[in-house]
Amino acid sequence: MDTSPSHLRPLHLEMPMKTSLAAGFALIATMASAETPVLTVLTYDSFVSEWGPGPVIEKAFEATCACDLVLIGAGDGAALLARVQLEGAATNADVVLGLDTSLTAQAAATGLFAPHGLSGPSDLPLAWDDPLFIPYDWGWFAFVYDTTRLATPPDSLAALAASDIPIVIQDPRSSTPGLGLLLWVEAAYGDKAPQIWADLADNIVTVTPGWSEAYGLFLEGEADMVLSYTTSPAYHLIAENDATKAAALFTEGHYLQIEVAGKLAATDAPALADQFLTFVGSDAFQSAIPTTNWMYPAHTPATGLPPGFDTLPKPATSLLMSPSEAEAARLPAIDRWRAALSR
Amino acid sequence: MARRPFPLIVPALSLALLALVLGPVAVLLAQPGAAAAAPDWAALRFTVLQATLSALASVTLAIPLARALARRRFPGRAAVITTLGAPFLLPVIVAVLGLLAVFGRTGWANQVLEAIGLPPVSIYGLHGVVLAHVFLNMPLATRMILSGWQAIPAERFRLASSLGFGPADTLRHIEAPMLRAVLPGAALVIFTVCLSSFAIALTLGGGPGATTVELAIYQSLRFQFDLPAAARLALLQCALCAVAFLAATRLAMPPAFGPGLDRTGGPPAPGGWHRVADATVIGASLTFILAPLAAIILRGLPGLTSLPPEVWTAAARSLATALPATILTTTLALTLALAHARGSRLPAIAATLPLAVSSLVLGTGLFLALRPFVPPTSLALPVTIAVNALAALPFAFRILAPQAKSLHDDYHRLATSLNLSPAARLRWLILPRLARPTGFAAGLAAALAMGDLGVIALFADGHSATLPLTIHRLMGAYRMDDAAAAALLLVTLSFALFWAFDTMGRHAAP
Repeated sequence: MDTSPSHLRPLHLEMPMKTSLAAGFALIATMASAETPVLTVLTYDSFVSEWGPGPVIEKAFEATCACDLVLIGAGDGAALLARVQLEGAATNADVVLGLDTSLTAQAAATGLFAPHGLSGPSDLPLAWDDPLFIPYDWGWFAFVYDTTRLATPPDSLAALAASDIPIVIQDPRSSTPGLGLLLWVEAAYGDKAPQIWADLADNIVTVTPGWSEAYGLFLEGEADMVLSYTTSPAYHLIAENDATKAAALFTEGHYLQIEVAGKLAATDAPALADQFLTFVGSDAFQSAIPTTNWMYPAHTPATGLPPGFDTLPKPATSLLMSPSEAEAARLPAIDRWRAALSR
Repeated sequence: MARRPFPLIVPALSLALLALVLGPVAVLLAQPGAAAAAPDWAALRFTVLQATLSALASVTLAIPLARALARRRFPGRAAVITTLGAPFLLPVIVAVLGLLAVFGRTGWANQVLEAIGLPPVSIYGLHGVVLAHVFLNMPLATRMILSGWQAIPAERFRLASSLGFGPADTLRHIEAPMLRAVLPGAALVIFTVCLSSFAIALTLGGGPGATTVELAIYQSLRFQFDLPAAARLALLQCALCAVAFLAATRLAMPPAFGPGLDRTGGPPAPGGWHRVADATVIGASLTFILAPLAAIILRGLPGLTSLPPEVWTAAARSLATALPATILTTTLALTLALAHARGSRLPAIAATLPLAVSSLVLGTGLFLALRPFVPPTSLALPVTIAVNALAALPFAFRILAPQAKSLHDDYHRLATSLNLSPAARLRWLILPRLARPTGFAAGLAAALAMGDLGVIALFADGHSATLPLTIHRLMGAYRMDDAAAAALLLVTLSFALFWAFDTMGRHAAP
């Protein structure tokens, strides 16, 4: 894999500290801008990691674009939006990839994004017509369990709340899956959401800052179910040959997470950015998604989904608030969630 | 004060540090944001409560352990003292998983309870948060208090015994004054570091009842993008730290033992039940510290040989950032501690404040401050080094300050009458006599710099993942076994760095 630039990086950065900072940065900037055009994509951390889609996608796009694709990881989805806002119009980034629909209203309101002009994706459970953001993958939130520890999972949020099954969830104030569960309960129960949370309170072993901590706690046996995705068992099945993890289907329906990409209005490479957004819908990009991001691709590639994905349960009902509804619901729902769980 | 060559250096340095810490907060305050909302009293109350309990429990439990270690000699004593550095160096998520393996729902403690027919205990709640903070900080407090005991000249104890002092008299006239000098500072750093606890408080607190101010900062920065709100919360943390600082300064009293002849020996070691009590204290503390560490080792060991190559690259990069941060922290801490010993107040404030300001706020403010001049991503490594150095400074300062003070009180007049030049004073007096705490402080700084994740994500340029960030990425990619192995690698490297500096310090000491 591409390790050589990282070997060199510390040397580049230590040199200017000794000499002149400004001269050093100017030097790096000239080196970077020489000859090949650069497309900078700001995304979340697990996308760029060696185990995420990043390396495959970088190689595939660079094979066709005659450019240098630079993927920058900026924490998780929420940190990514904060980073976009921090950089503002002065950003070096051209494309932002990795926001979800609970964040796009806030992202659109910044005025930093430009229309993509593409038609919507073909394989989403819902119609798509957002002019600024184009989906690249999606998944249903679900409670994942271990079939060796939990023989009969509950069949609804209400049944889970009524049971004494220990669960771990993520905090909606620091994590996008945590926010997804909050909106799930809101979308399914509306005004009755606080009652569901009050009933869930004795099931919740703990609330973690992010997805990894919750999933780690579940795997270590701290809880019998964890908030994750219907596609999570596919990782264990395909990568670890372990068929003991499953996602429980709930009769209320499952809330969707749709992950999107958008072009920054301030881009200095608009044509290349458009080319990348088109590439996002291509088979080369989409076929990498299922087994690196462990989500459903927005367009099913010609080769179909990888074996193992056919074993995953498919909810009959998909729930999703529009970006503006989600934005309006978020803070009041967080307050009600805190009140119900702190009791 | 005779012949100080650069009288302005210390005030300038202190002010620069204050500016570096408070400047980013000011930058955030100046950004547009929502009107100030009502303060979250529940979060504030929980933050102060857990930090106070954690600090008090840590120092209270550290006193008997430090005393037992100071007055007993047994095989493996040096190894025990070095191991005390380990819990403090653990990255938060690693520490949490280690504690859960022992105290969690299906952990060892509950397995034992089940085997003997007792009901299980739950770690989740305020007690779990305090337990985790004590696990991380009590060993550090022990080291600080142990240094205090070792700094009491052996002649004082001998004089006490020839005067027929019993243990109670020794405690009152010799040990209590030392504790009064060391404890407030130790409690202050632990209180302050627990003030900004976020992942531990939330994960082990068991739910939103365990909300801290730091979580509110995270929410303001990440989800609300309300920068002034985050800055106001950071200032609230500073205010809490300032109150604790004033209380600690008021309580702390330098002991006046006078110089000794560098005889080692420690306090008298009474026999009988004291001996049994000391053995019990050491045994119980060691079990508490070693069990979670053992769980981390057992969990990570199987994957260690098959770690992906990126993990080793990241490890090398982390080591490369840790070393400059260590040099920076140690130099700063020594300079400020020596100035503090000469009686100036400013260095102590400058050296404590970095701990009070959330590193997330610091990073975000730095990002905004730097952005007009250079692309922040090109500064990923220098910023990581600087912020890590700042983060370790309060600990290094507190370790050095009490002994720098005694050194000044005991030797300043002699050094002045000998007309020692500043360089000679440093070479022959200060460095040898402060070698032990300096080595300890440098070791802590190095290990802390290995473990920090806070700021790097904001400045990440896609090519400079550190080891903690790589662990986070492995976990994000479902690879929990690889993450556990990488965490073990991180802990091993951090501990090796700590051990190397700590040992150097102890060997250089007279």
